[in-house]
Amino acid sequence: MLDNKGHPNRLGIWGWLGGGRWGLERYLYTLHRLTGLGLLLYFLLHILVTSARAFGEQAWAASMARVTGGLFVIGEFLVFCAFAFHAANGVRLVLVELGWAIGNPIEPVYPYRTSVHEQRPLALGIMVVAGLLVLAGGLDFFILH
Amino acid sequence: MRDQRLWTWHVLAGLIILVLLGLHMTIMHLDVLVGIFNPRDPHPIAWANVAARARMGFFTVSYIVLLGAALFHGLYGFRNIVFELGIGRGLKTALNVVLVLGGVSLFAFGAWAAWAAGTLARTL
Repeated sequence: MLDNKGHPNRLGIWGWLGGGRWGLERYLYTLHRLTGLGLLLYFLLHILVTSARAFGEQAWAASMARVTGGLFVIGEFLVFCAFAFHAANGVRLVLVELGWAIGNPIEPVYPYRTSVHEQRPLALGIMVVAGLLVLAGGLDFFILH
Repeated sequence: MRDQRLWTWHVLAGLIILVLLGLHMTIMHLDVLVGIFNPRDPHPIAWANVAARARMGFFTVSYIVLLGAALFHGLYGFRNIVFELGIGRGLKTALNVVLVLGGVSLFAFGAWAAWAAGTLARTL
């Protein structure tokens, strides 16, 4: 990331939670960061835990036994939810960054319209996709097993 | 320019993760609904299934690619979050060193584990 050129980030992490009349996309930004940090923490531990498979069946069974139980199932489901959201929202961010789904430039004529008006259907559609993935995951985690 | 290049790699790594982690999540957590690549046992983490997947060269390669992409994407994202907090130049340098060394070490360890598991599974 570029340095902020003399404009300090005064709000810091608290700025993720609020700081103005922010729209849906700003809270998706916060959730994207929180889920990203959660997934990163899980992933670093996951590398260490699953490396046991290199040492054979007994080491694998012992490693898996340490991460089994009700709390771990809930934790894994939360990881699945974080993945569903982060992936779906990530696709939205890529599309927006490439200039898709943000609309064409227009004259600033009252009542003003911004790019957010064009982006909102994409944001809502992406959240529906993430929601469907979470529902499928919940079904598999808690009902079908 | 360097930041722009790293950001482009960050986005590309995200797209790789979308495909490979999507497959991984489908195998591991949508196993009843979809049921792919779990040939030996209903449970995806049963050793028979783990060994069966490890025998397939595709999984060895895809795990290593996913490992590298996810480490870069995650650690670069974390770096951006910390840098945005306005930390000093010295801390930025220290964080860069820690993240590069940590990332490379974890990649080497994880890649070795994927390779060794494949080699072991093929002898069974």
